[in-house]
Amino acid sequence: MDHILSILIFFPAIAGILGFVVDKDSAKAYGVSVAAVELLLALGLWASFDITNPGMQFTEFSPIISQFGISYNVGVDGISLFIVIMAALITLLGIVLLREDTKNMKNMIVSLLFLEMTMVGVFLSLDAIIFYLFWELSLVPMLYIVGAWGGPDRVYAAVKFFLYTFAGSLIMLVGLLAMAYLFHLESGVWTFNLLDWYTLKLTSNQQFWLFLAFFAGFAIKVPMFPFHTWLPWAHGQAPTIGSVILAAVLLKMGTYGFVRFSLPILPDASVTFTPFIMALSLIMVIYTAMVAFAQKDMKQVIAYSSVSHMGIIMIGVFAMNAEGLGGSIFLMLSHGIVSGALFMLVGVIYERTGTKIMEEFGGLAAVMPVYATIFGVMLMASVGLPLTIGFVGEFLVLLGFYKVSAVGTILAGTTIIIGSVYMLALFKKSFFGPLKHEKNLGLKDLDKRELTALLPLVAIVVWLGVYPKPILEPIDNSAKALLVQMENHSQLESTKEAIIVSKKEVK
Amino acid sequence: MFIDPKNITMDVLNLTTLMPMLIAIGGGLVILTIDLIKENIHKSLYVMLTILILVIDLGATLGLNFGPNEKGFFDVMLIDGLSILSQILVLVASGLFIPLALTSKRFHEYSYPEFFALFLFMIAGFQFMVSSDNLILIFIGLETASLSLYTLIAMHNRHNSFEASVKYFTMGALAAGFFTMGSAILYGISGSLELYQIAPAIQSRMGEPGMMMFLLGGAGLLLTAFAFKLSLFPFHTWAPDVYEGASAPLAGYMSVVPKVAAFVVSMRIFEMFIELQIEWVQTIIIILAVLTMTLANLMALVQEDVKRMLAYSSISHAGFVMVAIALATEKANTGIFLYYALFMFTNLGAFAMLWVSRHKNRIHHARYDHPYEKFSGMVKIMPMGAVVMGLFMLSLAGVPPFSVFWGKVYLMSATIDAGHIGLAIIMGLNSAIAAYYYLKLIVYMFLREPTAQVTEETTYYNVSKPLLTILGLAVFVTVGSIFYVDPLIEYITEMMRATNFGI
Repeated sequence: MDHILSILIFFPAIAGILGFVVDKDSAKAYGVSVAAVELLLALGLWASFDITNPGMQFTEFSPIISQFGISYNVGVDGISLFIVIMAALITLLGIVLLREDTKNMKNMIVSLLFLEMTMVGVFLSLDAIIFYLFWELSLVPMLYIVGAWGGPDRVYAAVKFFLYTFAGSLIMLVGLLAMAYLFHLESGVWTFNLLDWYTLKLTSNQQFWLFLAFFAGFAIKVPMFPFHTWLPWAHGQAPTIGSVILAAVLLKMGTYGFVRFSLPILPDASVTFTPFIMALSLIMVIYTAMVAFAQKDMKQVIAYSSVSHMGIIMIGVFAMNAEGLGGSIFLMLSHGIVSGALFMLVGVIYERTGTKIMEEFGGLAAVMPVYATIFGVMLMASVGLPLTIGFVGEFLVLLGFYKVSAVGTILAGTTIIIGSVYMLALFKKSFFGPLKHEKNLGLKDLDKRELTALLPLVAIVVWLGVYPKPILEPIDNSAKALLVQMENHSQLESTKEAIIVSKKEVK
Repeated sequence: MFIDPKNITMDVLNLTTLMPMLIAIGGGLVILTIDLIKENIHKSLYVMLTILILVIDLGATLGLNFGPNEKGFFDVMLIDGLSILSQILVLVASGLFIPLALTSKRFHEYSYPEFFALFLFMIAGFQFMVSSDNLILIFIGLETASLSLYTLIAMHNRHNSFEASVKYFTMGALAAGFFTMGSAILYGISGSLELYQIAPAIQSRMGEPGMMMFLLGGAGLLLTAFAFKLSLFPFHTWAPDVYEGASAPLAGYMSVVPKVAAFVVSMRIFEMFIELQIEWVQTIIIILAVLTMTLANLMALVQEDVKRMLAYSSISHAGFVMVAIALATEKANTGIFLYYALFMFTNLGAFAMLWVSRHKNRIHHARYDHPYEKFSGMVKIMPMGAVVMGLFMLSLAGVPPFSVFWGKVYLMSATIDAGHIGLAIIMGLNSAIAAYYYLKLIVYMFLREPTAQVTEETTYYNVSKPLLTILGLAVFVTVGSIFYVDPLIEYITEMMRATNFGI
């Protein structure tokens, strides 16, 4: 298993190229098999992963452009491991959920497999340019998925998504190049290796500007308020599979970027910017939750709730302590699972009725009991009910944030209240009360295909809600290691005070 | 007044430095002679002969001794790394261009042997232009190449080709005027036409009163001349019309080769000024570059014709590269060639795709040959064609890992190294604006339904095996760039170190 990371990255891409040859009637079966193998490989990676080691494992290194310090450099630690597994899982289940009569199934499968390569690549890259490469490349299949299979305004939504993210990442690219130049000034070596960058001490002023440049790329992807306007469009128009992958995995690229780049490379600036980020995140949490409550479209509710939860993740990342950071990484996973499942569920009802407007439904619980149950479980997980996966991350983040600001925690805690309000309102409007339309009486409950896609997610929601230790522990190790790294690396006393981590805990 | 008699030996003459140009000119004459002996020969013979001549020319170029002070032919030829490198680029681009003549449909210009002869003369002109630091020889090379190019455009034999040719000629004549006046001023203040003598002469007279006025005149006029040639704002207005009037491959060729040659001369002249610490030259070039890339991008957004869009896009790319001239560092100079070496394949590929679908009649639009509608739903008609064109567009937009991305990264990095962070951000944002119009074509090709006129018959109208070969090569180079960028940078840097920038 020496090159397991390269296999993980390039297996879907090679399968995607070969997929052009597969007959279009077998395309879905092909997609499911490839995605299943990929998931097994990812699980195999977990099995051989040393959970006591907080550092990078399975690293591979080979220079590509040595003149300019760009090399193919990948590695995995507790932070990226589970996101990769989650990405593989969501891709598999998303493909399982695809209807057999999807038009141009082959193109869809090929795009999804390429998308999977870019997603895995982003989370495993340890070289800034290779990271950027996968980051940008992920836009292309997503553009096609939204633009070709989406709703009436799909082209506008797809192009908006592409340009918004592209503009932000180009500013990030300037930041990456400037970072490499500063490293070159200091050491005389050109390198884009992240692990080398972690050792570079920068002045506060340099960190300030670099942080802003990185922020432009990552914040648009998260998406932080006020850069979130592309997301409701993209979700509103994207097909189910597009929304699932967008919410579950692509948004995590932004928060992952903050964890992997901004915090360890620019610790002082990260602390300087903490109040700013916290303010934006709190606005994001509360404002988008309220917007979610005002929506009539079921999918928009979930889209805005997804933005709101991304705000909690951002708060956790910038709490600068082990609970907050570890919790937000856990929340990235749980948000991926839960929001992915919710978008799948909306897709299910949309396929049956052709509408996503909540007022059109009502009384669905009687007609589709299994559907309503699964929806209920996911909804509770989304709100953060104890014993579901959503609770663990949210609780840890708020706990971590409490150490920083009690008032802020109360504000952020309102997300649970407002979240329950709009989610329960959604549930009430759609599933209880009288049936609004006669034709809804004939709706079929979930079939085998849909159950296959959804039940594993329900199982994970309950399992990790009750017993999160197997994945919380490696995450915690790596999060602590990252904070210690940050503290050692920082130059201002105020930064060292802001970072709360006990060194003894790190193995 | 008598010119001093010089002691001339064959060693001093170093006639081998002239070999590449003589091969091109001789080849052109051979083609004309063949036509004298036997008329009505099929174009494929001429195409193959031209390719062979280009190969021999390339061999001769690679075989030359080069160095910062490798002079020849009364010391007017300068065979340094820059010269060799740009000659290679010119020859490779020409080798990619000429097989595009072998379309399945017959086009007027290629049935004349004169087309190929003129083409070879033009190459000789460019080769002279890049291998000299004597202003007169540069001028002769420039004019030989330009006059041939005007004729090549007109030979496309359509109404707007003549218009394009005349427009280009008029603008070219104006630029030539500016060039001669600028050179005259430099001669006036330094007493020489050789850049390597002009530089120390100016340096020694820098402090004199009124000197700045002369320099302003000289540098300003020369900059205007090259702004015309490089289609920099505000002297770019001819470019879209000329590109539209020329045949698609020739337009693609014009977006690369004449610009490479003009960039080489600009490097020799303006980097000399910048090395002399004349800061306003640098400032003016940066302003021109920023305006060029931004305004051309904005203009490209509103175009209805893909060829005009690509014309504005190549203006914008030229603006992007122009930044490197202002930086005048080794990395920036390397970046210019890296950029154009990568851009060449992608852009020629994109224009070749237009050529494949070029119909004799304008069936899609009364005014344009290649309106966006022509490509709508192309993925359903010719999936491979759409994917290939999509790849070229993504590459031009600077999406990694396709070729132009590496050029962009390298140039932006060079800009940051020189301390111009703001400029680098402007370059980045411009790439984002540019992404919109490249995406527009992708949206038409992949996300729209085909219109009634878009059929296999019309989109594959002009296709032939040689065209497909060139396209395949372009795709290969565009997609596989990550594997050869490293040796390419190494080679270019080595050549740049063997270059004489006049100081």
